[in-house]
Amino acid sequence: MTDIYAYITHKGGVADDSAMEMVAAAGTIDAGAAVTAIVTGSGADSDKVADEVAASYAKVLKFNLDALAYPNAEVVRKLLVNALPADAIVLVPHDTFGMDLSPGLSIKLDSSFVADVVAIEGMDGGALKVIRQEYSGMVSTHVTADIANGVVINIRPGAFSPDESKSAGGVVEDRSADAGDLTTRRTFLKIVEAEVGDVDITKSDVLVSVGRGIEDEDNIEIADELAEAMGAVVSCSRPIVDAKWLEKSRQVGTSGQTVKPKVYMACGISGSFQHMGGLKGAPFIVAINKNIKAPIFQVADVGIEADILDFLPELTEAINEL
Amino acid sequence: MEILVCVKRVPDSAENEIEVNGEGSDIERDDLVYSVNEWDNYAVEEAIQIRDNVGGSVTVVTVGDDESEEVLRREMAMGVDKGLLLADDAFEGADGKGIAGLLKAAVEKGKYDLILSGAQADDGAAQVGGMLAAMLDYPYASLVNKIEVGDGKLTVGREIEGGDQEMNEIAMPCVLSIQTGINEPRYVGIRGIRKVASLEIPRLGAADLGVEAAAIGAKVKRLDYFVPEMGDGADMLEGSTEEIIAKLIELLKANGGLK
Repeated sequence: MTDIYAYITHKGGVADDSAMEMVAAAGTIDAGAAVTAIVTGSGADSDKVADEVAASYAKVLKFNLDALAYPNAEVVRKLLVNALPADAIVLVPHDTFGMDLSPGLSIKLDSSFVADVVAIEGMDGGALKVIRQEYSGMVSTHVTADIANGVVINIRPGAFSPDESKSAGGVVEDRSADAGDLTTRRTFLKIVEAEVGDVDITKSDVLVSVGRGIEDEDNIEIADELAEAMGAVVSCSRPIVDAKWLEKSRQVGTSGQTVKPKVYMACGISGSFQHMGGLKGAPFIVAINKNIKAPIFQVADVGIEADILDFLPELTEAINEL
Repeated sequence: MEILVCVKRVPDSAENEIEVNGEGSDIERDDLVYSVNEWDNYAVEEAIQIRDNVGGSVTVVTVGDDESEEVLRREMAMGVDKGLLLADDAFEGADGKGIAGLLKAAVEKGKYDLILSGAQADDGAAQVGGMLAAMLDYPYASLVNKIEVGDGKLTVGREIEGGDQEMNEIAMPCVLSIQTGINEPRYVGIRGIRKVASLEIPRLGAADLGVEAAAIGAKVKRLDYFVPEMGDGADMLEGSTEEIIAKLIELLKANGGLK
């Protein structure tokens, strides 16, 4: 079996949850694999992360250089091309960094690429068999990738349950000297932090959250009225912000706010993984959607097959009569 | 500035229920409404706005068949200068890398400063832009939600976790994948599409592109479509609307959703 590598994303000296999830993912490719973590960064933070993940990985390759202080995918890709063997199996989290890094990495390594993998079924002859989703999670597909020349696999964050009991006690090797030429034609400048809105949806115990099913800007008031009746706050999914019907600060999801309400009313929201990624703390989820195939019904506690434009006003009226 | 925008014709998942066909070999394609991939529409709008500001031209390209021409025409009606259709029986079944290879061949037949694609399409792989950039050895940035044009370079914002924006300077020529929300794509009416109905759209096949049909073969293959087991799934509330609302109110009270 080919060597398996995992690229560790980290922030503030702490490894992302995906670090442990990729150990589990690697185990589904080859149960006996000795998996190597790759940690890039600069200063004490990346030293700390390397030591942290050594507990779960057989080996950690550490690249500690000023040029790697910010994870610019263009720089990291060059480093990985310099440092990885040509036929490597490379695991990367399918987050905004992994989406930036991996497609090009697979070309430079002349290997296969599979994006946003939610499950791995194992080897099928010379090919790796995985499960992906299409159409925002409405259907799934089995996909095989020829891995004779290696493969880059982007793993969906949260899809693999980490096995905390596994301990590897790996060694950290400082490979900074092998980084090679890291000059690129894209330079990281700065992070502009998301604007703070007039309402902080992260502070509310109850969220009435609207998605595409609201259909029109004028219908937002239907959600406002329900929220008022419930003592809740209105949040939304991405399409509502793209349409400029609500402020960005109201958006729940990986590219918006992370919320931990007690009750989440998903109204006309299909439930893409990017949206659900912003919902933490196991809230009681009520899904109201006219499309019974919407993935939100797989994760909700309670489902109602209805058009929110009809259902929400009736619910509001009933609550107001209590 | 010469700009190429890569677009794709996809089933419109906002207009359709996507269902698996009886054999699990494909999605049910009868009666599907097709449209241009949502992300691509933002990419085309951005290209038009840049051209209107700094001059140059915008070309839209797609890999597809006769039916893909309607998507090119729709985007041309937004104000795009040229369309380009890459079509050949040999292209069927190409994986992401295969598509990127065809686009690379098309790019090399022209001279473009900036190549845009949507951040992702119906299969959610978000891969073709990054692959194309690597094949061309151009710098790349994904999930771009802001572009400022400079001298031989661009300042681009990438949408990252938490709604933060990662600002980068990127040299041209380059490839960018565009995130939704970067602009407000203009509306295209029937009249606009009629206006471009007679425009010639050049069509390039494998031989025109100098691509060996055998080289397109996919290393990544989709075997089937299926609907996963629902697992626990939601408890569906049934009955009349009044009954459903009564049950829901009890559940909301029990879980802290109503005082």
